[in-house]
Amino acid sequence: MTSLATSTSSSSAGDVAAEGHAGHADLRLFGLATFLVADGMTFAGFFAAYLTFRAVNPLPAGSSYELELLLPSINTVLLLVSSYTFHRSGRNLLLGHTGPCRAWLLLTAALGAAFLAGQMVEYFSLPFGLTDNLFASTFYALTGFHGLHVTLGVICILLVWFQTRRGGRVSSADPFGLEATELYWHFVDGIWVILYGILYLL
Amino acid sequence: MTVASANAFQESLQPQGWLRYFSFSLDHKVIGLQYLVTGFLFYLIGGALAGVIRAELASPISDFVSRETYNEVLTLHGTVMIFLWIVPVVNGGFGNYLIPFYVGARDMAFPRLNAVAFWMIPPAGILLIASHFITGSSQSGWTAYPPLSLTTPALAQVVWIVSVLLLGGSSIFGGINFIATVLKLRRPGLKLMQLPMYCWAMLGTSILVVLSTPVLAGTLLLLSFDIVAHTGFFNPAMGGNVVVYQHLFWFYSHPAVYIMVLPAFGLVSEILPIHARKPLFGYTTMVYSILAIVVLGLVVWAHHMFTSGTPPWMRLFFTIATSFIAVPTGIKFFNWLATLWGGKLALNSAMLFSCAFIVNFVFGGITGVALAQVPFDIHVHDTYFVVGHFHYIVYGGTVFVIFAAIYHWYPKFTGRMLNEDLGRLHFLLTFVGFNLCFAPQHWLGLNGMPRRVAEYDPSFTTLNQISSVGALLMAVSSLPFLYNVLVSAFRGPLAGDNPWNALTPEWLTSSPPPVENWAGEAPLVEHPYGYGVAETTLSVEAATGRDLWSATGRR
Repeated sequence: MTSLATSTSSSSAGDVAAEGHAGHADLRLFGLATFLVADGMTFAGFFAAYLTFRAVNPLPAGSSYELELLLPSINTVLLLVSSYTFHRSGRNLLLGHTGPCRAWLLLTAALGAAFLAGQMVEYFSLPFGLTDNLFASTFYALTGFHGLHVTLGVICILLVWFQTRRGGRVSSADPFGLEATELYWHFVDGIWVILYGILYLL
Repeated sequence: MTVASANAFQESLQPQGWLRYFSFSLDHKVIGLQYLVTGFLFYLIGGALAGVIRAELASPISDFVSRETYNEVLTLHGTVMIFLWIVPVVNGGFGNYLIPFYVGARDMAFPRLNAVAFWMIPPAGILLIASHFITGSSQSGWTAYPPLSLTTPALAQVVWIVSVLLLGGSSIFGGINFIATVLKLRRPGLKLMQLPMYCWAMLGTSILVVLSTPVLAGTLLLLSFDIVAHTGFFNPAMGGNVVVYQHLFWFYSHPAVYIMVLPAFGLVSEILPIHARKPLFGYTTMVYSILAIVVLGLVVWAHHMFTSGTPPWMRLFFTIATSFIAVPTGIKFFNWLATLWGGKLALNSAMLFSCAFIVNFVFGGITGVALAQVPFDIHVHDTYFVVGHFHYIVYGGTVFVIFAAIYHWYPKFTGRMLNEDLGRLHFLLTFVGFNLCFAPQHWLGLNGMPRRVAEYDPSFTTLNQISSVGALLMAVSSLPFLYNVLVSAFRGPLAGDNPWNALTPEWLTSSPPPVENWAGEAPLVEHPYGYGVAETTLSVEAATGRDLWSATGRR
């Protein structure tokens, strides 16, 4: 009667023993990806709000949606290149080339920091402040929230750089810290591309 | 070090015995019970707040509390009940306890994240409640619609936002954990379509949590900017748009109804087959219904906004989409009836609450379909009809299932049975009290009594007093329940490992289960609802010699 409902498969007993009790595959990247979906939905909400404001709410006289394009375009290129440099860093780690890996990491962090610096320059040169009009508020909220993500990313990259030192916990044997930061960085990069499209180009 | 061995290591450092329930334990069963007990304490607080509301509404004039206090109590009641009782208990509580068993795992995918998610709740709850005595509470209702939320006391509103953000974060972390556990942590050999229905319900719920909760978080951030930094996102005086807030808010808060109710669907699908000694009817259609509800649940939010100047095409779309949800929900409803049909029903407390859930929920569902129709909705919007409908869904639906689930799984949690007589008394008081409290509110709403107002036209007095008597009965109903769960933990008859002769995996280990769930290997349960075969039913009775009608618990 019990066989109707349950059967104990003996073939998998070895697997369980081999992985240790309750051992299972490393799901941390899967978990991070799920979290990034959630994080992306926060941005999606902001984007939807911005697009609706823009479609429905007229701006007061004298203000416009026009923005200077040069600096943000350079920033876009910086971020795109930083995604590539991070990718190179990850490849080098897996190949066991720790030196180049760490160099590419530092370059990525520098590009991220340059992006943030560019953002700051833009903030201080804009003709409007946070509370001037609806577009101004939305602009600072969107770019600021993204900028926070970039800041966190740069900090994480520097932490990973520290952890890839000889004897650190990130290595070709356990690349999780670097892979997670890389996934996050590509995500932040992708968000910027959408943001650049709807905020500056549209 | 892998997550699991870190878990075992951490566990070895943990206090044992009852102290571990106050620790940063990583054991999914401890965390599940932490959620349950914490949630229940907030249920008592939220219930007391509801008592204040009903006491105030027992007379047409504002005499029991001041109008401002009434607004605060109203806001706290909604926030506490939704974010601190139903969502944490029905997801975090039962989910953490049961899901690892159902997938044949020894713990959740991310035990530490799990503990973090739980420990975000007490601070958020304490912040919300304690701030009432320091800064006063938010007065803008649980929806916090601007511009109302921009004009009520600012500090209280910001505290409310921080608290809800914490609770939302906790919910997202939980959701990530459930998705990873159900999809990635299944025992070798266990197929998706062999999972107990609660796993599917939690998968669907968690997808909704991950997709919609962040939108609420973002919206509340913008709202807090409006309050603190004087931006004008939702402030019409500054060119902002209040309807955008409503869209974003309901993009979370309508799925939130499914976040509260889908897990209850799952739990009741576990309880019914066991006490009816029949397989769950229509397993496959149940699964697809859940997935359909998840998809549809994300595209019906604007039916809360039919009076917010929504354009005709939007009304048409959201009416149709909302009406469609009745189809998968109806499928589930008929599947439960078919599960009961011809079964050998044990009408114990768990079953009584489950059957009452079906009755209440179909009533709330019918008024829900009615509310989806624009011409009707425009008349009853923001009246007590909506309040009645909503409570039939979340109280008559989810809370009844929570009680059913406590009666059903208490023997597993503690190793002891609950007292059946007290359980039935609890059921009787709850069922009568609930219907007495909320059914009259439909009449009140149809006659035009607005919600969220401390005073009303004297012609509504009788129905309001009936409703308040019902609320009093509901308050009394928690006394036998509290006595039962507290005393039975020490004095209840020993349950044994499997008092219901169930086939699902959590019953195939000791009660309460050991730290990593099974002494040996996790059992492979390919037919969690295999009660249909005659010999199963017969051998169950022969083996126990128990009369299934009383089923348990009589001393």
